[in-house]
Amino acid sequence: MNVFSKLYYKLRKMWKAIQLYLVIAGPGIVVMVADNDAGGITTYAATGAKYGYHLIWFLLLLIPVAYYVQEMTVRLGAVTKRGLAEAIFDGFGATWGWFALVDLMLVNWLTLVTEFIGMTAALHIFGVPPWLTVTAVVLLMAIIVLNGRYWTWEKIALLFCALNLIYIPAAFMIHPSVSDIVKHGLIPNFPGGFNGQLFFFLMANIGTTIAPWMLFFQQSAVVDKGMQEKDIPWGKFDTLLGSALTVGVAIFIVIVTGTTLNGTDIASAGQAAEHLMQTDRYVGAFMAIGLFDAGLLGAICISLASSWAFGEIFGWAHSLNQNIKQAPWFYASYFFALITSGLVVLIPGAPLVLITLFVQVIAVTLLPAALVFLILLLNDPRTMGDYRNSGWQNLIGGFIVAAIVALSSLYGISIMFPNLFQ
Amino acid sequence: MRVSLKRLFRKIEEINRRYRTPRIALSRGGRAALEFLRLYLLFLVCLMVYKFILLVN
Repeated sequence: MNVFSKLYYKLRKMWKAIQLYLVIAGPGIVVMVADNDAGGITTYAATGAKYGYHLIWFLLLLIPVAYYVQEMTVRLGAVTKRGLAEAIFDGFGATWGWFALVDLMLVNWLTLVTEFIGMTAALHIFGVPPWLTVTAVVLLMAIIVLNGRYWTWEKIALLFCALNLIYIPAAFMIHPSVSDIVKHGLIPNFPGGFNGQLFFFLMANIGTTIAPWMLFFQQSAVVDKGMQEKDIPWGKFDTLLGSALTVGVAIFIVIVTGTTLNGTDIASAGQAAEHLMQTDRYVGAFMAIGLFDAGLLGAICISLASSWAFGEIFGWAHSLNQNIKQAPWFYASYFFALITSGLVVLIPGAPLVLITLFVQVIAVTLLPAALVFLILLLNDPRTMGDYRNSGWQNLIGGFIVAAIVALSSLYGISIMFPNLFQ
Repeated sequence: MRVSLKRLFRKIEEINRRYRTPRIALSRGGRAALEFLRLYLLFLVCLMVYKFILLVN
């Protein structure tokens, strides 16, 4: 009897913990899965097609990288109750604040363009013209955000996150060789040696796993959700789960294209889906559906990250809990970014695939600027108190910044001296 | 339009005034390092834009 009562007590405690997590869960998972956006899917699909399983080990390294970067925003948001844009203005003054804000706006807008590129490419496979996709997406997103509640928006976003897992069954359907994945994918190696193309792919993979908008988005979401200091441990767990999930999905995409299209130069995820359609209709369709879902989820989050940041700085009402009358500028900036980026995709002859890959690379190049501010803010004892960064956290953060700057520099050198790394 | 622009500039001036004094004091070396990082990153971005134009053409 004693054993049963103990077991019952433990199960009850576990269930309560799960219930508590479900209340707190959201920002970490949404931001991480949304990170597997259209540009991300394209990058992973191209990585798998180009290098097979050889860069899976590198993707695995990105789990702790994404976690350590994003968990800082959870602490900063829960403690200061303000978004990152406002925190940078307050901490470092207007000059640095404007730099960070303009940088964010530019990268976010470019990333939004890539989301529309992905979504139009995905639905084009099913015969839907780009103009119809852009119009339908803008309308759908209007319905989602004009609901007037953060919680409703978050639950819808979580539903799209679940659809992102479609790549997992797709990978099983093509029956990859597990021994090959272990043999080629889990042992660190640099396929083809050091060259500009490898640096480009490594950077694009980092750029799609951690991006400037994610820092701003998660912190604002933590604030909008009303998370408190006591919620930080759950917020961290949410972020860890999200990091593992996003890289897990990325690995499955690499497995899909690495198995079926290895050695092919794939320009986009849409093209990968078209190729896959010829081998297996269902896998190709899964790839296209996943690409559309990823673009939609990315667009929902990125446009919000910009509107939140603008609202914080300009002092406009900037919460999803307010309706369009209460926060007109918040919604106006949201739709402005959305519509203008959607229109870019409709320009005839625009190099859409090249734009997608370059946006990832530019995003990662500009990431250290935001990251340095974040680390400095996390070291302010007056604001952060017991939640400030430890020596280890600073060391890891510093290492990530140094690694990104080094990789960006190597790519920069390979552009200036193309023959150096051949 | 002109009124809206005026209002926007007034708002920007107000933001500049509000955040004139940074709350976190940076040493001169720290400020210089941040400035260098900013310029370096912008230089790298310019290089990438150059590469993009090369590839497009």
